[in-house]
Amino acid sequence: MINIVWAIIFVLVAPVIGGLVAGIDRKITAHMQGRVGPSVFQPFYDVGKLFEKENAVVNETQIFYVICYIIFIAFTGALFFSGGDLLLVVFALTLAQIFLVLGAFAANSPYSYVGAERELLQIMAYEPMVILTAVGMFVVTKSFNVADIAASATPVVLLLPGIFLGFLYTLTIKLRKSPFDISTSHHAHQEIVKGVTTEFSGPTLGLIEIAHFYETVFLLGFIYLFFGFNPLVGVIAVIVIYLLEILLDNTNARVKWQLAVKSSWMIAAIVGVINLAVLYFLAGGA
Amino acid sequence: MQLAQLLVFLILFPLIAAFFLLLAKKDLERDWIVKLSALVIGVVSVYLLITTFDKGAMLVSVIPAEPTGLVMFILEMLIAVFILYLGITHKKWLVVGLILVQSVMMLYFEMVYAHTIHVESGLFIDEFSNIMALIIGIIGSLICVYSLGYMKFFHEHHPEMPDKRPYFFGILFLFLAAMFGLVFANNIIWVYFFWEVTTLCSFLLIGYTKTEEATNNAFNALWMNLLGGVAFAGAILYLGMFGNGVMGLSELMATGKVIALIPAALIGFAGLTKAAQLPFSSWLVGAMVAPTPVSALLHSSTMVKAGVYILVRLAPIFQTTVTGYMIAMVGAVTFLLASGIAISQSNAKRVLAYSTIANLGLIVACAGIGTYEAIWAAILLIVFHAISKSLLFLSVGTVEHRIKSREIDDMNGLIVRMPKIAAMMVIGIAGMFLLPFGMLISKWAAVRAFIDAPYGFLFVIILAFGSALTLFFWAKWMGKIIAVTSDSKNIEGEVDPREWAALVSLAGLSFITTLVFPMLSTKLLEPFLMANYGRVAQLSQDNIIIMILMLFLLMVMPLSILLPARKHRHLAPYMGGRTTTHDMRFSGSLGVQKKTVLSNYYLHDWFGETKLRTWGIWLSSGLIAVMFIATILRGVLS
Repeated sequence: MINIVWAIIFVLVAPVIGGLVAGIDRKITAHMQGRVGPSVFQPFYDVGKLFEKENAVVNETQIFYVICYIIFIAFTGALFFSGGDLLLVVFALTLAQIFLVLGAFAANSPYSYVGAERELLQIMAYEPMVILTAVGMFVVTKSFNVADIAASATPVVLLLPGIFLGFLYTLTIKLRKSPFDISTSHHAHQEIVKGVTTEFSGPTLGLIEIAHFYETVFLLGFIYLFFGFNPLVGVIAVIVIYLLEILLDNTNARVKWQLAVKSSWMIAAIVGVINLAVLYFLAGGA
Repeated sequence: MQLAQLLVFLILFPLIAAFFLLLAKKDLERDWIVKLSALVIGVVSVYLLITTFDKGAMLVSVIPAEPTGLVMFILEMLIAVFILYLGITHKKWLVVGLILVQSVMMLYFEMVYAHTIHVESGLFIDEFSNIMALIIGIIGSLICVYSLGYMKFFHEHHPEMPDKRPYFFGILFLFLAAMFGLVFANNIIWVYFFWEVTTLCSFLLIGYTKTEEATNNAFNALWMNLLGGVAFAGAILYLGMFGNGVMGLSELMATGKVIALIPAALIGFAGLTKAAQLPFSSWLVGAMVAPTPVSALLHSSTMVKAGVYILVRLAPIFQTTVTGYMIAMVGAVTFLLASGIAISQSNAKRVLAYSTIANLGLIVACAGIGTYEAIWAAILLIVFHAISKSLLFLSVGTVEHRIKSREIDDMNGLIVRMPKIAAMMVIGIAGMFLLPFGMLISKWAAVRAFIDAPYGFLFVIILAFGSALTLFFWAKWMGKIIAVTSDSKNIEGEVDPREWAALVSLAGLSFITTLVFPMLSTKLLEPFLMANYGRVAQLSQDNIIIMILMLFLLMVMPLSILLPARKHRHLAPYMGGRTTTHDMRFSGSLGVQKKTVLSNYYLHDWFGETKLRTWGIWLSSGLIAVMFIATILRGVLS
């Protein structure tokens, strides 16, 4: 059932694709702001430069947590692309995120501490919706396996419209885009000293960047699952949705975490209940 | 014959140990009695598993029912008189009233119906009882061994309290005996007897320190559990009146829902009180005043597990009934709200208490739904929760004695100050909510069980939210522990060898059970499910391999510390441009040196205890009322 080849391809290729996506993202963002913007390869140059810098740390344990973070992010994505169990993927993602949070806690610094708590709030905000998404996909395709869901002829998105919208809402949190870039942001003007990544520098920060590349590709794959019945539509949908995220990112300021958590939960509860209830009763109820 | 001896041995041996512990006044004597008894109990419970392995459910009929029943009845009445006396002297009229009602019910039953009922097999054993016996025999005994070190320290540092350790250890072992009896008893009257003994033991242990708070909380626990006891007695009385002589658990399961549902609902209610579900959650939180090993015992291997044990036992009766759904809903609501309340708690033991209540809620939800998948998840939850929770309580107890605080914020930088115990605590916390460990496997199993159950989507949604809350409070606690405070000194010193032995064994168990979980599932859970439901639940082979892979990855990673690492340059954390020393001191106004203090988020506005609990009490009381009404209606209509 699980395809090792895809797992290996993911681990090798995802950073490249993720980096390119980040580069294109920055280019488009720049155009939206009336700038020319850097080359699309800029994220790679940035990471390369980070690795040339001295590895200065607050303490050694930080490096350990970041290495665990990137390993488990890659693991999550590999599990996803090799067609593994979607719930397992979701839980593995949580494990990876916790390692990043622990890395921030380990520094025992006020700013990274606030960042860590905020990152946890974010995880708490999106977790229910992500689990419900996996459950919804199981309900309509009768399988938790990513391979089966992706290959399913069922138009998942049409059966899970509510869950799809709810997932998009929390996707903004996961991609660290405004208005929900609560714990750390790519926009310098709204950042509390770089939040969760405050105390990371040099190669360690570089690893976090690469982990983010992995995560982006994984999330794009997740969107594709809603459109697995038609690969062409799927790819287009993924592109359109990412462009929408960029637009959102550039037209919104960060909101307070209270609003982010509350609204994510409300949406997850409402769309989760309605969408799953409708499916349940359509299928013949008890 | 041999089986009967084993079961009786496990019930009576702790009792004998308890007797000798009452007499043992010297530390050395007590040490040896506890250690040897713990070893014997542990070994015999494993031996029991080996002898009954692969044999399915077995009834034991050799014990003479009438004389045993009579002895139990007399003891019950003595306990009642004792509680009555305490209730009157402390002016706890609620307790007095409940114990009177309960005793009158049992007296009436004894005089009018008892002679019409004959239960062939007093005891029985099956895979589920086996699992419970292992939990009681291994984790329970480890906690007793740990208590040796803890209680010595406790009395050295609390000279104002009378040292009643013989009494304390006696009760601990009496508790174990009662728990063994409870999980082996087939005769419902016997179950009831052991049930009442556990209520009494927990009451005595909670009130051990005899402070005003302890006494009040002990009575609080007592009245709630007695209320459950009244319901239990009601079930027995009902069976006496309308049960056609049915009084064994196995017979009850075979009679079908028409007769069994009403007594099952009553016993289920008793289970809810004992498992500290809303609206009865406050007794377990109040029980925190007791010495920490008591909390560990109540939360992991005894007491609350008795409550969920009986619910899981009766689950086939609850399946697809309104009664079952209401019980499940009470559990689900408890899971959600207790997880929320845990976020707002800063006291480590209270966080643990609410997390226990929440996890029991999840088990109750599974039991109420009662499908084969749900029961699979429920039993896994019972096993893994017992291990991780006892580990956590015991490590909090050890830490508490050193830093003189139970506050999580005071545990900042524990990994530097007490690396060994901090590592134990991290393993415990990871065991509660992270992937390859047991609790998460069980939650995963619960998700799958809920999806397949009728109206399961409601439970899935509650579970999704509840586990997000769970994640928040565990992760922030873990963050506190692993924060590296470079100015701190290692103050761990020599951990008491008895405490250390218990901690290491439990930490080892949490890894081992995760590794052997597939075997646990196929060899113990599947036969049990097959016998009771005719179907089995399991995880796919692929997923098991992936999880074992992750477990190894997690175990290997910390070893990287051993590698010769290039020393990196160390910088002070960023403090907004202030001049800071590396140990986070900065000059405040007027040149005063200040120390940075970091505190967790507790989100009181959202998850305040009073608010959520009030909601929870109303909601769950309503659900319980609906449960009883629906059960009675069904009884009347059919």
